[in-house]
Amino acid sequence: MSRRFIPKVVTANDLILGDAVYLTADNRWSRLHSEAELIEDEDHANARLAFGAAQKLIVVGVYLADAKPGPNGPEPVHFREEFRTRGPSNYPHGKQVETAN
Amino acid sequence: MYSYSEFDEAFIRARVAQFSQQVERRLDGSLTEEEFRPLRLMNGLYLQLHAYMLRVAIPYGTLNPNQMRQLAHIAETWDKGYGHFTTRQNIQFNWPKLKDVPAILKALADVEMHAIQTSGNCVRNVTADHFAGAAADEIEDPRPVAELLRQWSTDHPEFQFLPRKFKIAITGSPNDRAVTRAHDIGLRMVRNAAREPGFEVMVGGGLGRTPMIAHTVREFLPKADLLPYVEAVLSVYNTLGRRDNKYKARIKITVHETGKEEITRLIEDRFAELRPLFGGNDQALLADIEAAFAPPAFRNAPTDAYDAFYAADHAFRAWADTNLTAHRNAQYAIVTISLKAHGETPGDATADQMRLMADLAEKYGHSDLRISHEQNVILPHVHKSDLPTLHAALSQMGLATANVGLISDMIACPGMDYCALATARSIPIAQQISTRFQELGLEQTIGAMKIKISGCINACGHHHVGHIGILGLDRAGVENYQITLGGDGTETAAIGEKTGPGFAYDEIVPAIERIVRAYLDLRHSAEETFLDAYRRVGAAPFKAALYGTEGEKDAA
Ligand code: SF4
Repeated sequence: MSRRFIPKVVTANDLILGDAVYLTADNRWSRLHSEAELIEDEDHANARLAFGAAQKLIVVGVYLADAKPGPNGPEPVHFREEFRTRGPSNYPHGKQVETAN
Repeated sequence: MYSYSEFDEAFIRARVAQFSQQVERRLDGSLTEEEFRPLRLMNGLYLQLHAYMLRVAIPYGTLNPNQMRQLAHIAETWDKGYGHFTTRQNIQFNWPKLKDVPAILKALADVEMHAIQTSGNCVRNVTADHFAGAAADEIEDPRPVAELLRQWSTDHPEFQFLPRKFKIAITGSPNDRAVTRAHDIGLRMVRNAAREPGFEVMVGGGLGRTPMIAHTVREFLPKADLLPYVEAVLSVYNTLGRRDNKYKARIKITVHETGKEEITRLIEDRFAELRPLFGGNDQALLADIEAAFAPPAFRNAPTDAYDAFYAADHAFRAWADTNLTAHRNAQYAIVTISLKAHGETPGDATADQMRLMADLAEKYGHSDLRISHEQNVILPHVHKSDLPTLHAALSQMGLATANVGLISDMIACPGMDYCALATARSIPIAQQISTRFQELGLEQTIGAMKIKISGCINACGHHHVGHIGILGLDRAGVENYQITLGGDGTETAAIGEKTGPGFAYDEIVPAIERIVRAYLDLRHSAEETFLDAYRRVGAAPFKAALYGTEGEKDAA
């Protein structure tokens, strides 16, 4: 059974704020997971990871996280990544209030 | 309370200046993250899930009112208006921005505080009994020795790159409230046959991945030998500690692999070499420090007002029964201010609450505040006649929860709501447990109960020594909670035993309830605590309550 590549997004933390950010297809760092580029191919994933990791004045701790397509763009797979898209569960702090409109 | 010497002051200021430049150089690109990371960690700055986190040391858990007010100011100015007190007697700010950190460190230095050695493989903040200097059962205030250890270990050139981090805890009482047996070095004050005070020295305790109770390497160490002896322990560890494997690098593994006898011999040999090199300066310094920790001028006044109020006011009586501890001066009481209001985050305090506690400490508490490893705030010296007024003021600010030592007085680490190392959330579990048992109205009936929750194997929430311990894990991409029973963090320290397979996020609170109900059913009387009952009957009835009576499943 050949293992299928699980789609990925490139994610990191913003250097100054520390907030979770996601690399978009047009080379921006978005605070919204749904705006991330959903990467379906391993070579491309590695290339995008290298591209992101080179942006040392904008982000820190760049890595690939599993993701899946959703109606409004990519969605996280693992609960840790889901929490990173929201913020903590004990207070209305972080993205869940700052990026809501 | 100890005040910084010129040397302390100059050292901290120099560090703030250095770090300010390092942040600038990181932001302009002259330092890479690889270069900057160890520098920021040396100054307590971590990168977490949603933001940076600054961990500030509160040496031996002692604060004065101005320091507490400054923490409130920092929380309001550069964070989100609150701070989180931890099991290491530190405070963590969860939302600082990198560019603001130099200003925060400067504000800390203004009140003789810092974030140095709250990370890295060095001697961390020395923790102490939070009732130090006040407890009725105390032999001597352990904080002068803790301060001596702080000065000695701060920037100690030999011990900045140990195999792994190193934690020292100290208590001046035979009753251990500082979990000394779960530290790399635990120091418990005892008296010898001649009634002289000294220390039982315990080495190699620790929680985390491989929990271990410390071994006693010296039953009685004279006070004057403390520093050379601690240095001998560090020195032996620095040589023998496993630098090849991070998971085997703590001294508990060194002790385990070397054997108690052999490690004791090595320590004693090294001590014999070091002892003559200590010419008495340490003792002269200790004498100065001891003077700074002289007890406050206790007031002599009647306590009838307290007695009358206690008899008349139900809410006050409930609070006094749980939140007060005997003071060595019978007119006084030790007040524990619970940071565990039902449904709230254990250990969090808002800036307004911090300011109120600072004001109350100044007015009624001889300007002394403590942070306990159980994530509460202590006013160690309050005259009983002031307690009714104090209680009323605390009530106004959500700080009069009468639950110290009860089931809702839980320890919970930040878990996956904040911590980058977490494998599951802790805080919401704590919130749900305290809310549930409040709804049931069972807290008082259950009595003494310590639940402790960690969001990963690192065990910052001390779950191994909880009467009921909860460990959050990631099982195949789902949060899963493993239960341990029978842990104990006191002088009768014990590591809790796993019950069996873990429980899902929405199953863990009902599971805890089943354990508690089983206990209520089987206890001999209300006087038999959960821990006593567990020691009498063992795990079987609780496993039956958790997993059904058809038998135990294998531990996961
Ligand atoms: S126990 Fe784990 S999750 Fe909790 S604070 Fe420590 S490292 Fe983080």
